[in-house]
Amino acid sequence: MGDPALSRRGFLAASAAAGLGITALSGCGGDSDGGSSGTTTIEWWNISTTEPTKTVWAALAKKFEAQNPKVKIKIVQLENDAYKAKMTALTSSGKLPDIFHTWGGGVLKQQVDAGLVEDLTDRTKDFSEGLLPVAKEPYLLDDKLYGIPFDIGMVGFWYNKALFKKAGIGEPPTTWNGFLDAVRKLKSAGVTPLALAGKETWTAMYYWAYLAMRTAGIDALAKANEEKDFTGPGFVEAGEHLKELVALQPFQKGFLGASYSTPTGQAATVGNGRAAMELMGQWAPVVQSDAGKGLGDDLGFFPFPAVEGGKGSITEVFGGGGGHALRRGAPQAAVDFLKFFASETTDRELVKKTGVLPVVPAAEEALTDRNLQAVQKQLKSATGFQLYLDQAYAPALGQEINDSVGALIAGSKSPEQVAQSITKTAKEEQ
Amino acid sequence: MTSTFPPVEKTGTRTDPPPSPRSAVRGRRRQRTRNWLTAVGFQVPALLLFAALVLLPILFAGYAAFFRWGGFGMPSDYIGGENFTRLFKDPVFLGDLWRCFLLVALSLALQLPFALALAVMLNQRMRGRAVYRMLFFAPYVLSEAITGVLFAMIFAPGDGLADQLLGKVGLEGLGGEWFADPDMVMATLFLVMTWKYFGFHMMLYLAGLQAVPKELTEAALIDGAGPWQRFRNVTLPLLAPTIRISVFLSVIGAIQLFDLVWVITQGGPDHHSETMAVTMFQYGFKRYQVGYASAISVVMFGISLVFALAYQRFVLRRDLEGATTTMRGGVK
Repeated sequence: MGDPALSRRGFLAASAAAGLGITALSGCGGDSDGGSSGTTTIEWWNISTTEPTKTVWAALAKKFEAQNPKVKIKIVQLENDAYKAKMTALTSSGKLPDIFHTWGGGVLKQQVDAGLVEDLTDRTKDFSEGLLPVAKEPYLLDDKLYGIPFDIGMVGFWYNKALFKKAGIGEPPTTWNGFLDAVRKLKSAGVTPLALAGKETWTAMYYWAYLAMRTAGIDALAKANEEKDFTGPGFVEAGEHLKELVALQPFQKGFLGASYSTPTGQAATVGNGRAAMELMGQWAPVVQSDAGKGLGDDLGFFPFPAVEGGKGSITEVFGGGGGHALRRGAPQAAVDFLKFFASETTDRELVKKTGVLPVVPAAEEALTDRNLQAVQKQLKSATGFQLYLDQAYAPALGQEINDSVGALIAGSKSPEQVAQSITKTAKEEQ
Repeated sequence: MTSTFPPVEKTGTRTDPPPSPRSAVRGRRRQRTRNWLTAVGFQVPALLLFAALVLLPILFAGYAAFFRWGGFGMPSDYIGGENFTRLFKDPVFLGDLWRCFLLVALSLALQLPFALALAVMLNQRMRGRAVYRMLFFAPYVLSEAITGVLFAMIFAPGDGLADQLLGKVGLEGLGGEWFADPDMVMATLFLVMTWKYFGFHMMLYLAGLQAVPKELTEAALIDGAGPWQRFRNVTLPLLAPTIRISVFLSVIGAIQLFDLVWVITQGGPDHHSETMAVTMFQYGFKRYQVGYASAISVVMFGISLVFALAYQRFVLRRDLEGATTTMRGGVK
């Protein structure tokens, strides 16, 4: 005892044992069901981690709680990519949150096929029927509704009216040949016709996707995914049309290294008046004035032109939005919340404060932005809808489409090779 | 048993008074077990963490490489070596290998000699030597991501600093699309890598040069050796251990190159600057083909391991033998 060395050893041994104990004490958490008597707590998982949406949504949840004293809403917010990863894990574990963000399409279908999602067709009939038809499109699977939208948008050409005038182009083109003519005219007027972010290949994919919609048709895009065959004539033709465009060298200098939203990127190039057009979603005006100067009244919007002899029409739109789905067996309070969230009052607030496009037709007047009004006009008269390919298809397939279309634009793949490599990846995904 | 007793312990126990030989042996043995237990007790937390966070993932990646696996749940779709055969037929991955070789060759042929030349220069007495050393070392202190963003802006086609400067001095012809040009991207990338890392190698060499005894160069000078002869026959051989380490770090760095490429080009345009690590990231975290990505990581690990072992065995052997006697066991 009196030996100092020994007691020090004893102390060391004790602390080592303590260290062991701490290591052993790991992961002893557990779910505690907080369902106290009378009140229902519903979990609402969303990806609105940025302002102003974050605050607006939290206030809406409070408002709903005030209207329904027996319901508590627990908001769980995850950043976009983290959310996707987490949801994939939850899907394989077989348990989803009460209310969760969804983009519809392929991922939602997987969850539905696994029997994890509530069929909302009848339970929301009283209010979902009045919503903008095209906005519901991503969540309709086999004519059943599995999600309620809160936002919808589409991709189209954003163009500089002043530069079009300079090149002597009166009206925006409505056919592919007309479009190619416009590109030629812009070039000979010394204007760069198109800005493209070659480093981010999803921007190139928009061209191919729209061309495939116009040549092969929307149904063919769904069928090709099911049959894992993208080699049909319509798809090769889409690539050939894109090659015609690339052959005119329409893009800005150094586009292969350009990003989308950086100060020298695609949006800034258009926003600073150094290229006449870009093919982009409804968020384009915001990014243009954020990364560049912005065009103000010179900015216009026109839908992707029709391709002569193709199966698709100019009124079919390519886009996507955001919505909420419920887990199977979610409490009635969750349905009530969806109804509250898709009400005219809420939608007006969302349109005004968070910059989304209205999904309730009556909330349309709240939309004051001229550019978004132009998009809304197209969406209202849409005759068909194709969801963003990376959401409609499996991740690997979406990436392969981006990648091969990028290669086509860089000149290293032919239209046939693009169709083949997409098909190959589709087959690899079982 | 007693022969394996570490000598340190012997000196430690020597201070204990030896009452009778037998009880001394028993006491010593008891204490030895206790020591051993204490040591184990201390190591277990660290070992568990190391096993859970390093060893298991490595082994698991090796296991997952034989499956078609999306990254969630346990891998179940066993496909044998298919991921590996696919890998060595993939033109992008074969390109990765070629680009890796290219970067290694360029580093050894240009970057390291450049760093060595600077180190020799800065080892001489001169005014403001410390300032130069600090300036040249500064790029290494910047993070890879910041370097990437910075050079993406400098080499922006047309508007970037590089093109503007070239234009100002009337050399527009030398400007170009830099990272946007499939044929230029690797050269531009190598330029950035050199800018980023030469300071580090220069510092290594400087440290090595400090250890070269002045007497030897002076003796050579007296013997009538010229500057080149002094460098070639005195300085360089004595600097060899440092050079070997620097080469080793450079090669391993090239094999694992990711951050700079990801920030500047994401491997583009059209895969022309893609590295193995970038390809692995694309498949693992963009396409969720985690089985295939694991196969890529296994090959990367294999290349690094084989290189490291071979390099230690054949190149670093002399250095390690000279160091300490305990290191010998580790090498052989």
